[in-house]
Amino acid sequence: MGDAAGAAASLPLLPVVARGLVFEAGGKRLIDGIDLVLSAGGITVIMGPNGAGKSLLLRLLHGMIEPTAGTVRWGGEPPDDAVRRRQAMVFQRPVLLRRSVAANVEFVLNQRGPAGKERCRELLRQVELEALASRPARLLSGGEQQRLVLVRALATEPEVLFLDEPTASLDPHSTAMIERIVRAMHERGTKIVFVTHDLGQARRLAQEVVFLHAGRVVEHAPAPEFFTRPVSPQAQDYLAGRLVF
Amino acid sequence: MQDFGEAFGLAWSLVLDADADLVEIIGLSLQVSLTAVVVSCALGLPLGAVLSIARFPGRSAVLVVVNALMGLPPVVVGLLVYLMLSNAGPLGWLQFLYTPTAMIIAQTVLVTPIVVALSREFIQQLHAEYAEQFRSLCVSRASMVAALLWDARYSLLTVALAGFGRAVAEVGAVIIVGGNINHLTRVMTTAIALETSKGDLALALGLGFVLLTIALVVNAGVMALRMAAARYAYA
Repeated sequence: MGDAAGAAASLPLLPVVARGLVFEAGGKRLIDGIDLVLSAGGITVIMGPNGAGKSLLLRLLHGMIEPTAGTVRWGGEPPDDAVRRRQAMVFQRPVLLRRSVAANVEFVLNQRGPAGKERCRELLRQVELEALASRPARLLSGGEQQRLVLVRALATEPEVLFLDEPTASLDPHSTAMIERIVRAMHERGTKIVFVTHDLGQARRLAQEVVFLHAGRVVEHAPAPEFFTRPVSPQAQDYLAGRLVF
Repeated sequence: MQDFGEAFGLAWSLVLDADADLVEIIGLSLQVSLTAVVVSCALGLPLGAVLSIARFPGRSAVLVVVNALMGLPPVVVGLLVYLMLSNAGPLGWLQFLYTPTAMIIAQTVLVTPIVVALSREFIQQLHAEYAEQFRSLCVSRASMVAALLWDARYSLLTVALAGFGRAVAEVGAVIIVGGNINHLTRVMTTAIALETSKGDLALALGLGFVLLTIALVVNAGVMALRMAAARYAYA
């Protein structure tokens, strides 16, 4: 049993393959037949206008919600607990426990086995929150809260990190710090899947771009190609700052 | 029958002089009701947390029953516990009838549904906020329950307070299973009922003052705690 679990944990998660992915809610088709393959390494940025289905796609890939039709396979496995345990997700709106900053990190560390206080301090140092360790987490500023959420995700040492517009309406200092950490994680081999609305941020981070429109992938290309020679009319309009319907 | 003003005066002097009988009755009341609340919380809070996160067939029916049990008539609970603990009952061999233990059992039966139903509501609200994060982190059921109970701790104090209010103020259950025996099972509410029927309003009024004061102090304490918690965004 332990050996089987160990063997499963050592199998590569990537590539992730989504086939015929459909998600419907309230009689509306919100994800409309997505076929997508994301390979190991690299930073994948998911872009698209509001309502394109970016956050839903992230949740489907992470196994947070069940698709109405189609499949998601991580290294051939469905996104069950064993797969999700090797991933982490940062939500747009930080969800913090009603505890201190340090206790929020310790909670996550303890989910993955006993952890020392030093590991918690070291993690908080990385996001410049060490001095606020005993502060109630929910009294932090928006930027500090999102840094705490990111460091909580780091604490799980994920192989894949999903970020759903983590810097929306954050101050430049926090945005820069979050981007720095995301890059550092990518350099350590973590696969990054990042949803953003911010074109500048996408240009700074992306190595490949998945562009969604109306629940479909209309373009999936390396970042330099996407930003210089977008193929789909929707992506061309989006990059030109025109409204995309 | 005493004159109303005289009864008030006597009641105050009993309270201010810490009359031995009065102190004994208050002490037993607090002991019985606080123990019942502690036992009810130990049983009811985890159950409330489990009910708030578990999804199973018939859950709605269970919630309806639990909510309905909040309004259990104390005399009916007293009667049922009496039947269980009387010599002819299945638990008669325990010889608990007419002891403070029987009163604690009866009040626990009364208070536990209140603790379960109210804690379920508070925790369900909190869980709605945490659910996605917990799912992403693959938090186990046991850790989830523990985390929700801890993070809802200040709201749950209000639940415990509601339970205490119910326990300390009820008379129907404790009078049936306790018997209102002097120096053994006489608590504030049973003493008030007895003294009023005897026309000895002073002791009844004195105990009434104390009951009201306890309610005020406990409420004020919990409210202060919750305000402090809100300041730290823990509530």
